[in-house]
Amino acid sequence: MATTAVTEQHEPGAMVPAPFRVAEREQDTVDTWTLTLEPLEGPGPSIGPGQFMMVYAFGVGEVPISVSGPPGRPGPVVLTVRSVGAVTAAICASEPGRTLGLRGPFGTAWPIEAAGGDDVLIIAGGIGLAPLRPVVLHVLDQRAGYGSAAVLYGARTPGDLLYTDLHADWRRTVDVEVTVDTAGPDWPGRVGVVTKLLPGARFRPEQTTAFVCGPEIMMRFAARALLDRGLAPERILLSMERHMDCGIGLCGHCQLGPTLICRDGPVYPYSTLAPWLEVREL
Amino acid sequence: MPRSLEDLLADVPLFEGLDDEARTLVAGCARNVHFGAGDRIFKEGGEADVFYVVRHGSVAVEAFVPARGPVTIETIEAGEVLGWSWLFAPYRWHFDARALTVVRATVFDGVCLREKCESDPALGYTLMGRFAQVLIDRLQSTRVRLLDVYGNDGRH
Amino acid sequence: MRAEGLTIEPKQSVISPGALDDLIGALRERGYRVLGPTVRDGAIVYDELGGATELPIGWTDSQDGGHYRLERRGDDARFGFAVGPQSWKRFLFPPRLRLWRARLGGADAPAVEEEPVDEQPLAFIGVRACELHAIEIQDQVFLGGRYTDRDYAARREDVFLVAVDCFEPGGTCFCTSMGTGPKVGSGSDLTLTELFDGEHRFLVRAGSDRGAEVLAGLSGRPAGPTDVEEAEQSVATAADRMGRTMEAFDLRDLLERNLEHPRWDDVAKRCLTCGNCTMVCPTCFCSAVEDETDLSGEEAERWRVWDTCFSVDYSHIHGGSIRPSGRSRYRQWMTHKLGTWHDQFGSSGCVGCGRCITWCPVGIDITEEVAAIRATDGAGADATVA
Repeated sequence: MATTAVTEQHEPGAMVPAPFRVAEREQDTVDTWTLTLEPLEGPGPSIGPGQFMMVYAFGVGEVPISVSGPPGRPGPVVLTVRSVGAVTAAICASEPGRTLGLRGPFGTAWPIEAAGGDDVLIIAGGIGLAPLRPVVLHVLDQRAGYGSAAVLYGARTPGDLLYTDLHADWRRTVDVEVTVDTAGPDWPGRVGVVTKLLPGARFRPEQTTAFVCGPEIMMRFAARALLDRGLAPERILLSMERHMDCGIGLCGHCQLGPTLICRDGPVYPYSTLAPWLEVREL
Repeated sequence: MPRSLEDLLADVPLFEGLDDEARTLVAGCARNVHFGAGDRIFKEGGEADVFYVVRHGSVAVEAFVPARGPVTIETIEAGEVLGWSWLFAPYRWHFDARALTVVRATVFDGVCLREKCESDPALGYTLMGRFAQVLIDRLQSTRVRLLDVYGNDGRH
Repeated sequence: MRAEGLTIEPKQSVISPGALDDLIGALRERGYRVLGPTVRDGAIVYDELGGATELPIGWTDSQDGGHYRLERRGDDARFGFAVGPQSWKRFLFPPRLRLWRARLGGADAPAVEEEPVDEQPLAFIGVRACELHAIEIQDQVFLGGRYTDRDYAARREDVFLVAVDCFEPGGTCFCTSMGTGPKVGSGSDLTLTELFDGEHRFLVRAGSDRGAEVLAGLSGRPAGPTDVEEAEQSVATAADRMGRTMEAFDLRDLLERNLEHPRWDDVAKRCLTCGNCTMVCPTCFCSAVEDETDLSGEEAERWRVWDTCFSVDYSHIHGGSIRPSGRSRYRQWMTHKLGTWHDQFGSSGCVGCGRCITWCPVGIDITEEVAAIRATDGAGADATVA
């Protein structure tokens, strides 16, 4: 599977964050914000879809965050961040004008170019839509290069749905189906697990690539549902997450079996992951 | 020319693969109905002697929670079965159902079908198997949501 | 430069024990900070050596599972012991290292100042064959990937390595099983073999040009056939006296197919998850990043500190730890060290030094754990995963 190319030349360790200024800050849900960051030095990195940056809030700490902006060209870095601890809370609280430190991009990318000509399923759970948004943007940009394309998206409640103002735009050229786990009477849409959206999607199983991102258990169930629908395990891509301290393959924390997620992932084909996902507490 | 009920049933996943004789038997207990957006389809506690196959539109299965109001448990879309309480005593609805949109459905007389199943055990076994699958799917869907995987404080 | 091959004829010399002082002096004169074994707090540790009298003269170590004692020898051997609780990694990969400092200045972006690397070159005296292999293994970790460790690269660049062949393997040694000793192969600047027959002396061979240059400055005599023969005999005898053995064949696959083996439950009952093994292991490399700030919030620092996969926090992500049980953490350590290290770095992570066995408070023996799994290879595989 095509992933970020590993160069022969060894790059000296990148443990020093580069300064980026918060240009925009938008609240998406009660606990999620999207920040647009402008580089203070240079044109900004070119980021593959699904890659992540190590994001540093001065004096607080650093966490890995997947990039959710348009892939492949240098420019502002878009991060959708969920506030779950001290560091992410500090990042989410960063008003325009404040500086954050970024290292990266690191990790392997969604092989969206290798999927050219395929039908595409983008299956997201919760915050998992953020690392998948670059895939959506790429497909929208290169629509003729793909067959049918559908975004299947599930979240906890209607208030937790991301990028709802963009869904109408997306719907012009790709299918977007949304469901929530539970809702009140004002919600006119679907209530149910995200895998329930599969039967209604049009795709040729033998010619489909599926990009799946969300909590690990949701990805496990989604992968199984896709296998039941006839997709080959190599055509199902997942984005894995583990604790990261360095992001550059030196601290050892992000090990998943024989791989390091910062280096060999976070994007993996299900065919590779399946035996590891079966072992509890691996 | 409008399609016959048997033809319509052929497209319903629940009845997929049933032989013509069985389908005719089942069709004999069925008729078409429609609901306007917002119409109540059934109420919790009411007598459950029918079930529906939604052909067009979307239905919310709800529970009314005091101080919270109606909470949608699940939505039922085209091709899906609404209602399984007709199968088991005391034959009472467990939840409310409300049409979210204009809904066209086929309604099946549960009493009629139960009688046919009793006189034709083979048909009864087949239908029971089909409904068991519906229940399994609903249970799975519910169980997975019970895990609350998107929750802020839960385990991954 | 790291010890490269020779461009002049390899030459073996014999020097007296006293000449070790000259060796240390010669290295200090060349600007090296000389580190080597010395006795402190009831153990043989690695520290700066002012002279050869600071070596553990006449000391040996008695080692077993959870047991380490120094004992007096009947002779004046300089290297008559196996290995102590420390490894050379504490100098190449320090337990605490500041990476950078940053100052927040008003509206400007914080100014980040990377920590300057330690310029003084290091010399290690008394590096065992297993330890040479361990250094090479850490070279692969820190220098072999796309991103290299800046600090390790700087420290490693000029290290002068004086290796010694082992003649006194320890109770927990199993280097022969791992193919890492007891005889020193290549990779050192000088190698010493301590000899006793007739005369207490050292056979010295150079492994690099600069090693040869230093050797040339020491007073000694050319080695003769008896010296060489005694050295070979000494190493051969040592190879037969290993305290432990481990069948290392096919370990990667063995462990991969035994992730649900009941032995993990067994060792979990004993393991305290104290992490001693990771501290003493010469190849364990895991580190954590600590971001600190002063009370004013104006200055911040990033530190790299040793970490251990045995801590619950090691695998923490929002919502909890991936490995909450001791069972899963022991399994992670052992399957990484002996198994998935091959996938990640192309070799085993274990050099058979035995430190993890000696320094485990409850004496868990990695060679015994491997043997137990091998004995019932495949056990537990049928257990249905819920």
